[in-house]
Amino acid sequence: MTGLQDRLTPEQVEEFGRELDALRQRIVDDLGQADVDYIHDIIKKQRGLEVAGRALLFAGFFPPAWLAGVGALSLAKILDNMEIGHNVMHGQYDWTRDPALSSQRFEWDTVAPAENWRHSHNYIHHTYTNILDKDRDVGYGILRMDDAQKWHPYYLGNPVYATLLAIFFQWGVMLHDLEIENVVKGERSWADNVPVLRKIVRKASRQVGKDYLLFPLLTGPLAPLTFLGNATANLTRNLWAFAIIFCGHFPADVESFTEEETSEESRGQWYLRQILGSANISGGPLFHILSGNLSHQIEHHLFPDIPARRYPQIAGEVREICEKYGLPYHTGPLRKQLWSVAKKIVKLALPSSPSPTTVEPDRQLRAA
Amino acid sequence: MTAIVPRRVRGLASLAEALLTPHGMDRYLELVDPMLVRREIRGLVTAVRKQTPDSVTLTVRPSRAWPGFTAGQYVRLQVEIDGVRRTRCYSPCGSQYDGELEFTVKEQGLVSGHLNRAIGVGSVVNLSTPDGGFTLPAARPDRVLLISGGSGVTPVLAMARTLVAEGHPGEIVFLHYSNGPADALYRTELAELAARHPGLRVVHAYTHAKGGDLTGFFSAEHVEPRFRDAETFVCGPKPLMDAVREELGERVHTEEFTPPPLTFDTAAAEGRVRFRRSGRECANSGKPLLEQAEEAGLSPEHGCRMGICFSCTQLKTAGRVRNARTGEVSGEEDEEIQLCISVPVGDVEIDA
Repeated sequence: MTGLQDRLTPEQVEEFGRELDALRQRIVDDLGQADVDYIHDIIKKQRGLEVAGRALLFAGFFPPAWLAGVGALSLAKILDNMEIGHNVMHGQYDWTRDPALSSQRFEWDTVAPAENWRHSHNYIHHTYTNILDKDRDVGYGILRMDDAQKWHPYYLGNPVYATLLAIFFQWGVMLHDLEIENVVKGERSWADNVPVLRKIVRKASRQVGKDYLLFPLLTGPLAPLTFLGNATANLTRNLWAFAIIFCGHFPADVESFTEEETSEESRGQWYLRQILGSANISGGPLFHILSGNLSHQIEHHLFPDIPARRYPQIAGEVREICEKYGLPYHTGPLRKQLWSVAKKIVKLALPSSPSPTTVEPDRQLRAA
Repeated sequence: MTAIVPRRVRGLASLAEALLTPHGMDRYLELVDPMLVRREIRGLVTAVRKQTPDSVTLTVRPSRAWPGFTAGQYVRLQVEIDGVRRTRCYSPCGSQYDGELEFTVKEQGLVSGHLNRAIGVGSVVNLSTPDGGFTLPAARPDRVLLISGGSGVTPVLAMARTLVAEGHPGEIVFLHYSNGPADALYRTELAELAARHPGLRVVHAYTHAKGGDLTGFFSAEHVEPRFRDAETFVCGPKPLMDAVREELGERVHTEEFTPPPLTFDTAAAEGRVRFRRSGRECANSGKPLLEQAEEAGLSPEHGCRMGICFSCTQLKTAGRVRNARTGEVSGEEDEEIQLCISVPVGDVEIDA
């Protein structure tokens, strides 16, 4: 297999890094009113959908109203978590100095506390993207998502665990920050988890309180219908977020790396790893917004702190740069990427074949 | 009954907050009308007038969370310019008993320029709670000497108007310095105020023109002898405040709107400064972190640049800094510091 560092000569890596730095600087210099207007517009739509969804559930005895309410609330939660929450918490709008758009202060509509998530996501995942044993998002500590992860009979349940994770995704994201696998390995103590756990209890009880207690109670005799509606909206958001996120790093041709080959990376090498370790999803403008522009996972991983609306604008240029250096630019429609991820989940439930040569020719061709 | 209503309102408000978690009520109310916010403080501009060609006077109605201010205090006012919120400190210059706030802003930079040219009736600005200890003593002194220079008139005028509104029984002298009659702010208002309140005497001093009650920069002769030991409140350019302090001594209260000259040892500076979130790094130049951040291409939020407004507070994640005002060195981990007056001592990492 072509090693991470063998793809480009040191001079090429440096030049490649400079080109991406220049691209980034051009966008940063251009940030202004249009970016703020955009996110304010999305926020306005999200809040509108949320209020409409909650209101419609007060008429939940009328099936079309219930369905419309659940639809609006699902969309509101998806927008809140993805195009607004994920991106704001990356610091994409910190330059506006607006406290409502501050990465340090924003809190999203999900049970995972923002502060815990920012650490595991912005720091661990975005710094150590796809480095086995470093990036805790590879398999989330429960799945086998890479050949190089040692097989164990536990992983026979891979498809079951993945299905459960998709259904309960917000809870999975919340528990992820407890780093249970590291506690089991003895690398993390329960004492380390006390502050994390405290935040989890506070946040989760508020979220559960509004979705499963207060809003149902307020609708009086409709309480069971409202409860069911809110649960459905949470489920819809969970499945959607799981699908988008798993398509970002786990389709078949996306690469993973070892700690050795990534130690002492230069900026250019870091960019290189982000490109090789991420995959885009093709689709229309509405799809991109609903995915929080994580459909531009490659651009997001190169420049995680640039407002996401800029990713589609620079995608063409990033792709040209990749072509220029003979690098792959993984992309495909959602159904193709999802199918690829599903196959991987099932395949890796079983022990890997002793030699991984079956995937090799394909990879080398693309890299050539 | 009256006791029950507020409790019920409070109950409803906390229910609404529980329903609207995690964003909170303000984030929804502001979409209906930016002035409906309950926790944040905003101000609606209700009147705009030009007293001099290079200044603007805004009348601002604060939203419900405004706690009121004490004459002489300042607020941090925020406006959005090309998508970026900018913060500056201004002293309201009306009486503290007025429901609306009045700000007079001289055009001299980005924010003041925006306030002069882009703000109109109906504009909404963000306000902080008032701050600052430049205020009249609660037991009002019998004789009060108010001295101001240029746009430093604002906090001192608030004091004069407040004393007049209280029907202050003693004597007040308001000594205002300006270049000449053309840029003497609040000339008419001060004359009207003096006409209404016999105890108030207004004296206009022109530093660069003739025809005022007094001419030239401040000197002890500008104050009649029996007022030289009065409680004195001064706001204006630094040389004016220094001169007043030197001549009149202990009973002088000042509002430092211009930074005291902090001295920085740039030659002995060592170590590196890292800005964690942006990934920028630079060699420590020995200057305050705010300047170093700006030189490194960052644009951190800030306000006064002199350690009073706390707009530039950021988390220091590693290293030691010296407070340029107090000289105190602190090396606590994860401590919030004011970038504008913190100088790195060796390697420092800031979460910015």
